[in-house]
Amino acid sequence: MTTPKPQVGLFVTCLVDFFRPTVGFSAVKLLEDAGCEVSVPAAQTCCGQPAYNSGDRAGARALAEQVIALFETFDHVVVPSGSCAGMIKVHYPDLFSGEPGWRLRAERLAAKTHELTSFLVDVLGVAPLPVSWEGTATYHDSCSGLRELGVKAQPRRLLSAVDGLAIKEMRDPEACCGFGGTFCVKYDEISNAIVDRKTADIKSTGVDLLLSGDLGCLLNMAGKLKREGSRVEVRHVAEVLAGMATGPAIGEKTK
Amino acid sequence: MSGGLSSASFPKNAHAALANPPLLKAIAHIEETLVSGRRRAVDALPEFEALRDAGRDIKAHTLAHLDLYLEAFEKKVVEAGGFVHWAADAAEASRIVLDICQAAGARRVTKGKSMITEEVGLNAFLEANGITPVETDLGEYIIQLRGETPSHIIAPAVHVNKEQVAADFRRVHTKLDPLRNLEEPTSLLAEARGVLRERFLTADVGITGANFLVAETGSTVIVTNEGNGDLTQILPKTHIVLASIEKVVPTLEDVATIMRLLARSATGQEMSVYTTLSTGPRRAGDPDGPEAFHVVLLDNGRSAMLGTEFEDMLRCIRCGACINHCPVYRSVGGHAYGSVYPGPMGSVLTPSLQGLEKAAHLANASTLCGRCESVCPMRIPLPKMLRHWREKEFERHLTPKKARFGLAAWRFLAARPRLYGAVTRMAAWSLARLAGKDGALKQLPLASGWTRWRDLPAPEGGTFRTEWAKRGRK
Ligand code: SF4
Repeated sequence: MTTPKPQVGLFVTCLVDFFRPTVGFSAVKLLEDAGCEVSVPAAQTCCGQPAYNSGDRAGARALAEQVIALFETFDHVVVPSGSCAGMIKVHYPDLFSGEPGWRLRAERLAAKTHELTSFLVDVLGVAPLPVSWEGTATYHDSCSGLRELGVKAQPRRLLSAVDGLAIKEMRDPEACCGFGGTFCVKYDEISNAIVDRKTADIKSTGVDLLLSGDLGCLLNMAGKLKREGSRVEVRHVAEVLAGMATGPAIGEKTK
Repeated sequence: MSGGLSSASFPKNAHAALANPPLLKAIAHIEETLVSGRRRAVDALPEFEALRDAGRDIKAHTLAHLDLYLEAFEKKVVEAGGFVHWAADAAEASRIVLDICQAAGARRVTKGKSMITEEVGLNAFLEANGITPVETDLGEYIIQLRGETPSHIIAPAVHVNKEQVAADFRRVHTKLDPLRNLEEPTSLLAEARGVLRERFLTADVGITGANFLVAETGSTVIVTNEGNGDLTQILPKTHIVLASIEKVVPTLEDVATIMRLLARSATGQEMSVYTTLSTGPRRAGDPDGPEAFHVVLLDNGRSAMLGTEFEDMLRCIRCGACINHCPVYRSVGGHAYGSVYPGPMGSVLTPSLQGLEKAAHLANASTLCGRCESVCPMRIPLPKMLRHWREKEFERHLTPKKARFGLAAWRFLAARPRLYGAVTRMAAWSLARLAGKDGALKQLPLASGWTRWRDLPAPEGGTFRTEWAKRGRK
């Protein structure tokens, strides 16, 4: 008797959809390799975080309804981003306080929503297929994933199995990179000061590769490193784990 | 509010701060001192997390019965021979303090470090009424000489370096040998001590704040590292404690619990050097102490926070940990905030002190990284409260038009998946074309906030959803 495959709905996130589909395909590969049946509902757009963090509760709520309706039928919802997973897991229920029906649906979805690396380690408990990447890397703990969801050991554990890859920690891997959604353009000068300290920390490790689990932070740090003329490659952790870190890195020249 | 501080100019202030290397260098020290200190102290105490829960629970319980505990405190102070005065706002508190000073015939008052006196703008008010306030905490003394406000709630002069302090001392302490050596921090400290000693002895009234008010005993408690608070409150004939109402806790036992959190979170010390309890005036047979003991209890908007989404903020014990760990504070320092209270705790408090119209920048100038909440000994959900202010701003249509329009456009698109798909597909394709082989854009007209400082990594080309559909997947 075979147990049915877990049905996973992949919430790609608007940033991955727009900037870096490779991350989405890497997530699909990791999930399928782990024995999941993966679907990507075509009508998905954004989790509503920009509205939520700008004080537009009604706007966030409207998008939350959309996400709940699209994803509530899956066994699990997996997100290759700590901040979007955090939005669904931690903040959605809060958006529906005083509306018992919706609140219940939000809570049910929250309970089965997971950030990608934490899903692989904490829920499935499987080791990804063997892959290799020659070089040294450092890992940035994105704020929401770290502090809202406790994602810290999971990506490192998965990375420790990558053949040829050595992890070298920053002095302060938990320091914010200064992205902060719309913060990075609203208070761009301060955002720059923050990412400046971050890239200094990254460069002082002397690694070849910077990894993280959130595309927002990655775009910010990659953009800053490029501007500084650094040669550190920047990628989403899923790309390396799936063995799909073959094309140009984030913001890198195409050949 | 103290003289003319305004958070409305936050972006301008921040810009100036970012162009001030000595300031940035001074703030950078927070990492090696306060942040590492806290880390070590917390690592050395296995029950720290459990203590945080206990501290939070004590304060939450007290806030739920605040009126009872304040009345109990008042009763005990009176029983011990002291006076309690209730001040609804800053003006009333200043007035009460002035009346007490005038009744005591005071010309000069010494002050222990107190953020509440900063909040009500006491020094300026006393000076305007012919009374000279003398700050006795070294940091406060330095910024008083410089005519500044504190840039940090526990390290008021953290923005100043020792060369600047030496120059200020030479400028003000003109009776001392101009050729004296002021190279070392210790010589600066010794000089300040010498100057202040004479002031302590000639003060008519001593004013302190309080870290705790104890309902059980009617005691007020201060913690300091310099002992200046003790001299401030023991030597003059009159001691005035100016404290805000949320400082009350039920018992001395509760003080002991929270004190284990306070110094560790603030500086990384297990305990501050001096912990001083004051219970009423000097009794017959006491070796020292003031003849008169007054407690002025300030509300200033606090009771209005009870029962609202900002009630949790009243648990704050002013340790400064959220400030020390804040990436924004660490970038621009405290004065940029234009408020008595900087950093995350300040950004939550300031809108209620100055009005949201003025202070909206502070609620928005945060990445919501959450490090503040993760170090707050009282487990105050600071990011959540910043978001609450943003919601109030949005509800009251204070959000800038451009941002509102952007949000509305985004919401419109995101609610229409087909249109969203088409628009994002086109945009991703165009940006990828624009970047060409470079893989990143150095400049993009509508994204100058981004491209002024960093390249914009280009999209790969097709959106995920188009590529996925191309593969015939669902
Ligand atoms: S909010 Fe928390 S961390 Fe910040 S000063 Fe208050 S008690 Fe300390």
